[in-house]
Amino acid sequence: MANPTGIGASVRRREDARFLTGRGTYTDDINRPGQTHAVFVRSPYAHARITGIDAAEAMRAPGVIAVLTGADMETDKVGSLPCGWLIHSKDGSPMKEPPHFPIARDRARYVGDAVAVVIAETREQAKDAAELVMVDYEELPAAVTSLKALEGGAPLVHDDVGGNLCFDWHLGDAAAVDAAFAQAAHVAKLDLVNQRLVPNAMEPRAALGEYDRATGEHTLTTTSQNPHVIRLLMGAFVLGIPEHKLRVVAPDVGGGFGSKIFHYGEEAVVTWAAKKVGRPVKWTAERSESFLTDAHGRDHVSHAELAMDKDGNFLALRVATIANMGAYLSTFAPSIPTYLYATLLAGQYKTPAIYAEVKAVFTNTVPVDAYRGAGRPEACYLIERLVEVAAAETGIDKAELRRRNFVPASAMPYQTPVALQYDTGDFAKNLDIALPLVDYDGFAARKAESARRGKLRGIGFATYIEACGIAPSNVAGALGARAGLYESAEVRFHPTGSVTVFTGSHSHGQGHETTFAQLVSERFGVPIENVEIVHGDTSKIPFGMGTYGSRSLAVGGSAIVKAMDKVERKAKKIAAHMLEAAEADIEVKDGRFVVAGTDKALTIGDIALQAYVPHNFPLDELEPGLDEQAFYDPKNFTYPNGCHVCEVEIDPDTGVVQVVSFAAVDDFGRVINPLIVEGQVHGGLVQGIGQALYENCVYDEESGQLITGSYMDYCMPRADDVPSFTVRYHEDQPCTHNPLGVKGCGEAGTIGASAAVMNAVVHALSEYGVTHLDMPATPERVWQAIRRHTPAQAAE
Amino acid sequence: MYAFTYHRPKSVADAVALLGQFEDPKLLGGGQTLLPTLKQRLARPSDLIDLGQIPELQGIREEAGGLTVGAFTRHAEVAHSETVQRVIPALASLAEGIGDRQVRNMGTLGGSICNADPSADYPAAVVALKATVRTDRREIAGDDFFTGMFETALEPGEIVTAVHFRTPDKAAYAKFRNPASRYAIVGVFVAVFGSEVRVTVTGAGPSVFRADDMEAALAQDFRADALNGASVSADGLNADIHASADYRAHLVRVMARRAVEACG
Repeated sequence: MANPTGIGASVRRREDARFLTGRGTYTDDINRPGQTHAVFVRSPYAHARITGIDAAEAMRAPGVIAVLTGADMETDKVGSLPCGWLIHSKDGSPMKEPPHFPIARDRARYVGDAVAVVIAETREQAKDAAELVMVDYEELPAAVTSLKALEGGAPLVHDDVGGNLCFDWHLGDAAAVDAAFAQAAHVAKLDLVNQRLVPNAMEPRAALGEYDRATGEHTLTTTSQNPHVIRLLMGAFVLGIPEHKLRVVAPDVGGGFGSKIFHYGEEAVVTWAAKKVGRPVKWTAERSESFLTDAHGRDHVSHAELAMDKDGNFLALRVATIANMGAYLSTFAPSIPTYLYATLLAGQYKTPAIYAEVKAVFTNTVPVDAYRGAGRPEACYLIERLVEVAAAETGIDKAELRRRNFVPASAMPYQTPVALQYDTGDFAKNLDIALPLVDYDGFAARKAESARRGKLRGIGFATYIEACGIAPSNVAGALGARAGLYESAEVRFHPTGSVTVFTGSHSHGQGHETTFAQLVSERFGVPIENVEIVHGDTSKIPFGMGTYGSRSLAVGGSAIVKAMDKVERKAKKIAAHMLEAAEADIEVKDGRFVVAGTDKALTIGDIALQAYVPHNFPLDELEPGLDEQAFYDPKNFTYPNGCHVCEVEIDPDTGVVQVVSFAAVDDFGRVINPLIVEGQVHGGLVQGIGQALYENCVYDEESGQLITGSYMDYCMPRADDVPSFTVRYHEDQPCTHNPLGVKGCGEAGTIGASAAVMNAVVHALSEYGVTHLDMPATPERVWQAIRRHTPAQAAE
Repeated sequence: MYAFTYHRPKSVADAVALLGQFEDPKLLGGGQTLLPTLKQRLARPSDLIDLGQIPELQGIREEAGGLTVGAFTRHAEVAHSETVQRVIPALASLAEGIGDRQVRNMGTLGGSICNADPSADYPAAVVALKATVRTDRREIAGDDFFTGMFETALEPGEIVTAVHFRTPDKAAYAKFRNPASRYAIVGVFVAVFGSEVRVTVTGAGPSVFRADDMEAALAQDFRADALNGASVSADGLNADIHASADYRAHLVRVMARRAVEACG
């Protein structure tokens, strides 16, 4: 490789020295002169009428500056937190969109709903005073699970949302599906739950609001994956602050997994309160608060049916899903179980007819929104579990059944029956790489060896596809998005040849400072240390949409390429002038601007200097400077895909599942930094394994109290829970519609892993006749499944 | 955390004197339960008396047919002590399995047994190894020390100074840990003293208990298979989102078998 920091190089992450030595600057690290501290008074009830708030005693407590309530916000005409996606029900009616105020006004709708905020000189003083705020609650019965919330007579989360039904949506051709089922030789059916998860970013959410009385400018520093989106939503819809007077900064952010996409009430409260009290106001969540108030993920209950002909060819898929929205609509909540879920139900298969119905339900729980994978893991889990059931029932080998039904590479681009058009993908190739990698043929011998040690062994597949690189703005808009989904970039060469790149993407663990700099290093031959990546500050970067849905490189990277195209075009003109050659004769080779067929050449540094010190410059044709901006709106989604294979061993005495091997073969298109890609896959796999075996968010079904409110009960996967992963990728199927050919890798691991693990678990238990188990496959669930299916033990 | 006054006495006598002086004092061992409780504002002691600087509470000594372990000995010290590994290896192995490395580097033997968490590991060893709990004023038989969930025989203001464990002929501890917290969902300690076998169970019930049937079966025939007919009733066992009472009862037998097998 010519350039050790160019495309394809495993450059070590430049940001790691900062993060690993504790030198990052996170929101809570930032302290301002005169800063005050906010602590929220939160509802201890899942559902209660707020009949009175007496803050008199709290106001007298030491250090207290203000106690503010929903009524104060109402007086100041603070608006509702907006929802960024509009879904229409089957009957054409718009989804129910009840108001979601930053601080509850008359009703608290989940445990942790903000009821008041105390602002004091110190955090401890604010906490002390928060205990003195007397809130009169009239407790109401709560609708906690989605199924119970849909039952007749269930308590209403919002009085004007009958049946707690937010929307009843569908996608696909019901008639075609019915017709196919009528012809089916075999139908596989499955009921399954995709459990609720707590996102658990390492850094809790935090927000710091400031107001400059002299200039009238507001600044919000916040733990966000998309500061411009927060500025737009909060400025325009909640607080009524015009963009030019509102700066939103998302500095170093310690993980998001989706949970930091959304505009949260705390951000609006500190921004509003900073002006009210005339001093900066900071709030930082404690971990217990994160459990209670970060938007949760998943929470689907589904029924699925797959129709096949006598040879196992898929004829049609029918899916009915109930999705829990929580108490209010979080920013992108309605899009997750619809356009990011049902559109992926074709998976890698050429199933000709698909019909999906999704009911979204309000409950007295914290809002549910995007969580790593966001809809796509739910789709993959459903399809891949159903395919495994189909293989078991038809007796067709599970790898063969998949291969038989794959969309062939020759059929690309492929229009699915659920609205997407896959551009590239060679699914059989992924499988061909995976099978020898995991020694599929040797499984029986390994199973026998496990059996000699008293262990059960299973192997499970997941062949996944996801729609990433979100999204063509016009398509998203037609589907209900209330925002564009392009990305911005600015590439600014400095006079001495170093470069600052401003990106609308946001890095909160993805390594953009490395990968994005590699793009510039490759293009212009600039050493990577001369490239600075700037993100996360609306006062510096052009309007950007941020990072989620594995979009940063595919969309944000493409915007950087577009800006670099402009830089190159201008640099060529300057070079032609400097080298006294025709512009058409200037070629860019290894980052140098060369007059074709000669040894006359300039570096980009030479050109940048002339651009800013334009003594020998075509001033009559060109403006000085070398600083270009671009916006890139994708033409299609990107479609990362792959084949994951997991092997587990189960101790039948205890039910403990051990993942003994995991191989991931992925097609991410072109890979810029293999080291970072591999790291993203590892992290994703651990998260997917976490869902399959460990993580489970449990609310008490009657009281709505969060039972898994700490790490004592909410089980996160740990390093010693997972094996050393085998990760492979190929670059034979680059994305056809973005300039880098990249597809995105951030969510893939999570999307494939849960299904692969559960398929392996069920396979291991199949000798007992177990056909399905819901996640997480905890030791007791596994043990109970064995016991249920063992006649002697069941009788015990 | 609410404000409190912090004290660090240099002797047990000073600690006892301090305890008598304040309205609602609390002794601080390794803080692995107390500090999270304080951070969550679930307790509001007026004074915290840190026992970490008292030499009498430190150290591991071989004496009187067993081991004496100072109350302020941290789990990691027990786990890594050559003396413990030589005299009662099962005790070292139990300590090595507590929580995680950070917990073991802070948590103490005295803190653990005084808190008497139903899912703590040490209570199983205290009862199985016929321990004697020494305090500032008396000795308490290990069998009598744990009186219920989070309850002990200690009087108000009584300070545990050390625990003397008797050396068994052989012993082993098998633990089924909670995957989230890594406390014991079920922990079974098996110890053999001549013809006597002790089988103690932690995690499964409100407090550590002896599995009488299993002890009798193993006294007759010290093999894992001897436990086939013995069981623990699920009645009265703990149940939570991680494990039902039935499952815990089942795990007691599985862990007992494993402990017996580990005794060699």
